[in-house]
Amino acid sequence: MPPIPESVPFTWYLILSAILFTLGIAGFLFRRNVITVFMSIELMLNAVNLSFIAFSYKFKQPDGHIFSFFVMVVAAAEAAVGLAIILTIFKNRQTLEIDEVSSLKD
Amino acid sequence: MEHVILFLIFAVIAVVAAINLVLQSHPISSALSLVGVMGALALIYLQLGGEFIASAQLIVYAGAIMVLFIFVIMLLNAGTERKMKRNLWVKYGGLPLMALFIGVVAYVIERMLPPSPGGLFGNMTHGNPQEIGRLLFQQYLLPFEVTSILILIAILGAVVLARKEIE
Amino acid sequence: MNFYIVSLIKSALVAFVLLTALAYIQWVERKVLAHIQLRIGPRRVGPHGLLQPLADVIKLLTKEDMIPSHVNKFFYLLAPFLAVMFALISIAVIPFGTEVKIGNFTTPMQLTDLNVGVLFILGLSGIGVYGVALAGWASNNKYALIGGLRSSAQMISYELPMAMAIAAPLLLLNSLSFRELVDGQAGFYLGFIPKWSIFHGPFPQIVSFIIFLIAAFAETNRVPFDLPEAENELVAGFHTEYGSMKFAAFFMAEYANMVTVSCVAVLLFLGGWQPLWPAEYGSGFLPTLILGISGLVCLYHGMNPARPMDRFTLPVFGVVFLGLAGVFLIPAIAPMLLPLFWFLSKVGVVLFIYIWIRGTLPRFRYDQLMSFAWTVMFPLAIVNLFITALMVALN
Repeated sequence: MPPIPESVPFTWYLILSAILFTLGIAGFLFRRNVITVFMSIELMLNAVNLSFIAFSYKFKQPDGHIFSFFVMVVAAAEAAVGLAIILTIFKNRQTLEIDEVSSLKD
Repeated sequence: MEHVILFLIFAVIAVVAAINLVLQSHPISSALSLVGVMGALALIYLQLGGEFIASAQLIVYAGAIMVLFIFVIMLLNAGTERKMKRNLWVKYGGLPLMALFIGVVAYVIERMLPPSPGGLFGNMTHGNPQEIGRLLFQQYLLPFEVTSILILIAILGAVVLARKEIE
Repeated sequence: MNFYIVSLIKSALVAFVLLTALAYIQWVERKVLAHIQLRIGPRRVGPHGLLQPLADVIKLLTKEDMIPSHVNKFFYLLAPFLAVMFALISIAVIPFGTEVKIGNFTTPMQLTDLNVGVLFILGLSGIGVYGVALAGWASNNKYALIGGLRSSAQMISYELPMAMAIAAPLLLLNSLSFRELVDGQAGFYLGFIPKWSIFHGPFPQIVSFIIFLIAAFAETNRVPFDLPEAENELVAGFHTEYGSMKFAAFFMAEYANMVTVSCVAVLLFLGGWQPLWPAEYGSGFLPTLILGISGLVCLYHGMNPARPMDRFTLPVFGVVFLGLAGVFLIPAIAPMLLPLFWFLSKVGVVLFIYIWIRGTLPRFRYDQLMSFAWTVMFPLAIVNLFITALMVALN
């Protein structure tokens, strides 16, 4: 059993961010419900936020927090418009599976 | 040592919730797992000294954006997904390829990153709201004002898209 | 180790006092509503109905705990748990007074003084929406679903004016931690006007206080905004399918939210534990005076009571009040108890306003409620914040 380090090794934050990002990609590629695909995109954005905050900790400057804040604002705007688009798709095609909304005309 | 244990607890919660998000068939369970991921990440941000960003994550992300997701799922009455036949490559190659990708990334990070300070609670004190406010209104004022216009555009877009068609 | 033990003791004490207070706020509400409506209220269980909350708790605990067969079991059981958890956690950052000194051991009367305490409370009130929304959805019942969606839409619509009404006194007081907010409201203008936020120059925050109170009524789903859960609307709203202990959990969550919001209003606008007039004019003797007069009145009415049981109970209350009045005179613990008294009496005044408005106003229709939030409260809160910022910048 290796000795427990006294502070969290910095690479662990980046590896956690990579794991969450990969899981987000897996959800994005393999799920068929368009809302779940959208949520996987939000998971990817969260993983990137963690990276920003971790590097901001490393250099002891708050600029990474500002970037993370703007990522959150952009994610909010994107979620609002994306969900409005999903509602419109559902109204027109009565389905929420991305395989069936793959053509531009009806 | 308790810093490492706390980080491991929240990291495990975040990864388990993320796996739950990908594997669950009902969108509501996925949405609540995503809220769990965001909560665990907010606590990790607290450990990294970002108390403003942790609060913003709770207020904006978990408290507003995810509530919007849950509203849409409830309004659309989204049901569980049908299971579909998958390509053989995907079924048996997907998981090992993902593990391989994560392994390569972890190896590159371990090797290439210069020695960095370990994560300790209280080691970074610049994440408080005063400093972030000062930066936002002095150095990053232009992106701040531009994001307000971005939010205005998003509101207009959402209102136009969700409006009933006037016959 | 010392820190953990002290925190555990404080948490246990605060949890015990809070849960008892929640039960007794319900008693106060029933009595006050009854007197507003010219009746008496509960009077059979214990003297003046004081054991009525105990009877209610026993009834709710011993009722059959039924889960309907058509609900989504996991979310049905999760929703009241989430509602109660996030309602009770918010008490952790509320300061009740200054410091407690026992021997040479001091600890602040607060579970934790986060330097982003205000943001913490805002975040928790945002997450508290999940309990309501999930309860409505998991019940698999269209009335509960509509009630849940309406209630959560109302809660998130009123979060915006509430956040802006909170931001205005923060411009004057320059901190996000509750203890520093109250310390910034110490002192007196002209020797007798307290420097609370509603009197604070350069811009007294009276409009912010009113906006915050109205938004708080809507956040906690109380009259006049309680359409989603009123009994004669939509069956019973989002808690239609819940009975016994799970219904008690939603009830407890609503009262805990009410207490939290009252505490935040007192800390931000009414000066926390700062007294109403300076201590050199005798504000230290106010609790003794009030409790002494109540004790003497109880003893006097105990001599010729209206009901035979009161011959025994009223003198007992009189003696208890006189004892409490004496406690406030002990010089060793009076400096600790006095801020606590001021804080609790101000929170009591705000809770009384809640109950008073419940007995007086009719309820809003849902579309009136939502258009009030977006067309009246939100622009008013923005204008108020703008004027506050202008006055602070011009000084």
